[in-house]
Amino acid sequence: MRAVDALMEALKAEGVEVVFGLPGGANLPTYDAFYDAGIRHILVRHEAGGGHAAEGYAKATGKVGVAFGTSGPGATNLITPIADAMMDSVPVVFITGQVRTELIGTDGFQEADMLGMTLPIVKHSFMIQHPLEIPRAIHEAFHIARTGRPGPVLVDIPQDLSRADIPYEPVGDVRLPGYQPTVEGNQKQIRLAAKALANARRPVVYAGGGVVNAEASEELRAFALSDRFPVTCTLMGLGAFPAPHEQWLGMLGMHGTRTANYAMDEADLILAVGARFDDRITGKLSEFAPRAKFIHIDVDPAEISKNVPAHIPIVGDAKNVLARLTTEYRALGADKGRLEEWWTRIDGWRRQHPLRYDDTTGTEIKPQFAIQAVFEATGGDAIVTSDVGQHQMWAAQYYDFPAPRRWINSGGLGTMGFGVPAAMGAAVGVPDRTVVCIAGDGSVQMNAQELATCSQNGIPIKVVIINNGYLGMVRQWQELFWDKRYSHVDMGDFPDFVKLAEAYGATGLRLTDKTTLVEDLRAAIATEGPVVVDVRVSRESNVYPMISPGQAARDMVG
Amino acid sequence: MGEPGTKELISLDDLEAAGNLRSGRKHILSILVENKPGVLTRVAGLFARRAFNIDTLAVGPTDDPAISRITLTLDGAVHPIDQVTKQLHKLINVLKIRDLEPEATLARELALFKLAVDGSSRAELLQICDIFRAKVVDVAKRSVVVELTGTADKVEAFEQLVRPFGLIEMARTGEIAISRGRSET
Repeated sequence: MRAVDALMEALKAEGVEVVFGLPGGANLPTYDAFYDAGIRHILVRHEAGGGHAAEGYAKATGKVGVAFGTSGPGATNLITPIADAMMDSVPVVFITGQVRTELIGTDGFQEADMLGMTLPIVKHSFMIQHPLEIPRAIHEAFHIARTGRPGPVLVDIPQDLSRADIPYEPVGDVRLPGYQPTVEGNQKQIRLAAKALANARRPVVYAGGGVVNAEASEELRAFALSDRFPVTCTLMGLGAFPAPHEQWLGMLGMHGTRTANYAMDEADLILAVGARFDDRITGKLSEFAPRAKFIHIDVDPAEISKNVPAHIPIVGDAKNVLARLTTEYRALGADKGRLEEWWTRIDGWRRQHPLRYDDTTGTEIKPQFAIQAVFEATGGDAIVTSDVGQHQMWAAQYYDFPAPRRWINSGGLGTMGFGVPAAMGAAVGVPDRTVVCIAGDGSVQMNAQELATCSQNGIPIKVVIINNGYLGMVRQWQELFWDKRYSHVDMGDFPDFVKLAEAYGATGLRLTDKTTLVEDLRAAIATEGPVVVDVRVSRESNVYPMISPGQAARDMVG
Repeated sequence: MGEPGTKELISLDDLEAAGNLRSGRKHILSILVENKPGVLTRVAGLFARRAFNIDTLAVGPTDDPAISRITLTLDGAVHPIDQVTKQLHKLINVLKIRDLEPEATLARELALFKLAVDGSSRAELLQICDIFRAKVVDVAKRSVVVELTGTADKVEAFEQLVRPFGLIEMARTGEIAISRGRSET
């Protein structure tokens, strides 16, 4: 059979149900195979949209996402989603066309050295050099993408090789001698960690996106509830621990709650699980959690002691390690009363510093109120994607996520334009749940073209634009740190999002009245098909509280 | 140093100081990799991305044709070296990494020196070569090419001594290394 038909067989053997992509010259053979391969292919309007959709699909379902693009610009358009998937550990296989082998290195039409360009931003990549390699490369790509610390894998296939006639034999194994992720945590280390936890008087559990990736939310909950351990999550970890909950402190970091950040600051022992001590978490590194010892559980050994030295490192899968840690901890019969004083302190912060904003205006909508209205209108039960900026932080603060894989955003790379295509991918992967994209008026324009894809394919995403007419986060920083010199952040009143939605075949609405916002949103979300809601909010609201750049957690402002 | 994202001015001295934070003792890493196209690029690219300076790099086959050895030396405090070996391990084609202990390691490199030496000073040069067990491999009317094998220190010492003769050019391979005793590198 043709190598491209073998490619389809390999995809089916991996259980692929849907892919996102856009054809071009170098992958014409692949698209001919798609014609009757029996795999659902969603034609996107821009390869970046396809890449982010594959990410959204992967994050919502836990399965490997797949995105296709042609050579040259089709491939380079995938670079942002690849980098995004690398930073947030998203399992996606990217399959790009490449020019014919005889043209490689000659600056041929639509030639780009995709392998070279993506080297620093892939978990691994394959440049196909012989058609017989294709099925194995696909299987190994899926294996690498989904196991260990998940991530993006690129498979680049020259056009002529994809047309070769090859025998297809199912591939039952992978041959990757240099790749053996450590899944089982070391028992001695786990026991040591349990003892340290039993002796801690001011412990905090700090959980990240790794808990979601490892499907370890149940284990995290069971561990936290084996005593009264306070829990905070990173932006990527939201939903890993159910919110609200009496042991839930809220998100930590630059725009986290004071309670979570103060608890980290005063903790004597921090259990980090699937989190990587990003600079948006630690603030000033030298003053981060100065009294704490650290237990660090991560499947990627390179994360341990990268930014903050771990006293008890545990390399392993969070699900495996947390389950065993709970068993070990229970066996110790720790004195539960020892945490009384700590909880008194934490509850004091909670009472004194809840998340708050000034909401005394008449009908004007505060952005935080808009997020709360989305929460109300969806019953807190939706999958929520976001773009990047102020609206993302408000969504993280004011929408409580009761379960994992409900909150899908671009944390590490901070990719504007992520939200709409990610929502599309999530809605394809989880068709029976409402999918809302909370977008900014700046971000949404970076991939709004995928609304056409949604309309054409009946993908009913609900896009709620928190519209302040600004690149709001940049404006906030210019206000706070650059003497209010608002340099190139005013977006004006463009485009008309209602008309834009209608042009794309979606329903468009503009909401400006706070008093009816919840019911208006409820009606919008109940509307069939893709919907775009332009919510006009107060223009110069800031995201608070905030750890100012280079400051310590205890010096939060706002 | 100025805080990120704020308008505080950063002095050039501060920038330089930040750039020099990562210097410590010399390390020799011996890295076994799958002998596949592009693997060297992946390894070298990783060093570039994590802001590590490779001092020397030598690549060659091993006893197994499917496996190549990359030997590289670099400067670094112990902590970043640990980080770099962990990052290297994440490369799918990397099979094994050893951060070789200097005392338990035999390291050698090959160097070629072209010197502007005529009849008058040739005898003196040959004497130095003899002490260093260097070999003269080419003699012309007004130049000599000398071959030397040894540790990087030895090569550097030799260079110091022969430079006054008139060093026209020099080529060095960078060190390769193997562990002492029975155990594998």
